[in-house]
Amino acid sequence: MSIVLRDVHRAFGRNQVLRGLDLEVLDGETLSIIGFSGAGKSVVLKHMVGLLQPDSGDVVVDGQNVSGLDVRELNRLRCDIGYVFQFAALFDSMSIADNVAMGLRRIPGMYDEEVVSRVRECLALVELEGIEDRYPSELSGGMVKRAGLARAIATKPKYLLYDEPTTGLDPVTVTVIDRLIVRMKEELGVTGIVVTHDIESAYAVSDRIAMLHDGRMRTCGTVDEIKESDDLLLRSFLEGRPELTEMAS
Amino acid sequence: MNGSVLTPVEYVGRWSINRVQSLGKAGYLITGALRALRNVEIWGPRLIMQMVSVGVASVPIALFIAVFTGIVLALQASYTLTGAVPIYLVGTMVGKSMILELGPVLTGLSLAGRVGASTAAEVGTMRVTEQIDALETLAYDPLAYLVVPRVLAGVFMFPVVIVLASAVGILTGWSASLMLLDMSSAEFVRGLRLFFQPWDIQFAVIKSLSFGLIVTSVGSFYGFHAKGGAGGVGVATTRAVVVSSMLILVLDAFWAVVLL
Repeated sequence: MSIVLRDVHRAFGRNQVLRGLDLEVLDGETLSIIGFSGAGKSVVLKHMVGLLQPDSGDVVVDGQNVSGLDVRELNRLRCDIGYVFQFAALFDSMSIADNVAMGLRRIPGMYDEEVVSRVRECLALVELEGIEDRYPSELSGGMVKRAGLARAIATKPKYLLYDEPTTGLDPVTVTVIDRLIVRMKEELGVTGIVVTHDIESAYAVSDRIAMLHDGRMRTCGTVDEIKESDDLLLRSFLEGRPELTEMAS
Repeated sequence: MNGSVLTPVEYVGRWSINRVQSLGKAGYLITGALRALRNVEIWGPRLIMQMVSVGVASVPIALFIAVFTGIVLALQASYTLTGAVPIYLVGTMVGKSMILELGPVLTGLSLAGRVGASTAAEVGTMRVTEQIDALETLAYDPLAYLVVPRVLAGVFMFPVVIVLASAVGILTGWSASLMLLDMSSAEFVRGLRLFFQPWDIQFAVIKSLSFGLIVTSVGSFYGFHAKGGAGGVGVATTRAVVVSSMLILVLDAFWAVVLL
């Protein structure tokens, strides 16, 4: 198991978001986490990279309990994790090349020539050649997402965490991003965790899909198992039918 | 009934809890920033850029204020002193006031607006657009990357800007005395040197250091804890300017009591 969450609880003030979440992500697979807005999907991702700490329970990544790591160990682990933010979170005062190079500059002993070459390689991988000197504000939404992906893969991570990678994009760009996610798995062999509302996108990129509801894992299975599930709540989400949500509850 | 009685109590309770929480967050930020000092490889390359942004870019506004303060000081001193004491004391008043009080405090307040606001707005925008989270995921300590270079730049550059502004204020006071008052250079310089002590400049530098520390730390603190979107950044920026301006005045009184 490459990423394991055991009985994770997390509250924000009086809002108990995670209530004993258990989740296992297998090496080399792409797992999509779906669920209603506010279910805590992004919170789960942030626990995996140590941006949030659980109130109780364990988050184990690559055999290491994230909440037990000191800063140095956590930074070392983070070099193995790429995080693609919902709105890319590119540094707007920096060029795209500098954005992609940020993680590389934290690798000891890496020469400038290697950094430049790796930046070009990553931008080529996401089909953004020739935009090194441009700034995030000069790019379209789809290009910004791809630049965020280029930054996330620059350090050759073992894990890629995608937070709503296709939200707000047109259908063609959604397909481009979906193909990139599949390509990252096939060409780089990364383990991917995708948080998404976009069920078609989840079908396209996932080996397994997990549904988060009420702070716990409601269901988890292969794409075919999810499509055939007769869980009313899952069906209501997949088919966009609120009446099924009421029946399920 | 209970609700109407308890509401003010609840309000005070909530206000108190928020203040204690803010103190806790401030303590966390300070200890984190002190620990982050050892990450020279992160803040070192950004220090010069921040010194330019905090110091060099603030020179025009600081000098603008100093020029007019010097002129007004000379004219008001002349208006107050003429006929009562020798006119050369205009030089004394201009020099002492600019070095000990008006140079540091007026420049400090103007920089609280310029530097404090830009620090809170920049860091706050990075917070609400998840750029600070992105820094963490890329194995950067955000305190070392964002806070330490800004605070060090404030500590190094505020004294430079304030000493420069005080000098320019004295020069314009001198010029105004020559052009608008019936004074000679010799009289002005005599007054300027009359009660001058090197300690005055050290006092101004100590005040300036503390102002630089406060303005950049408060701006970083409110930016770092900004919430929500543009509105949250606006609130953080406003608070940064108001709180750092108030703290400048408190520190001004503190140093006067302790050092004079």
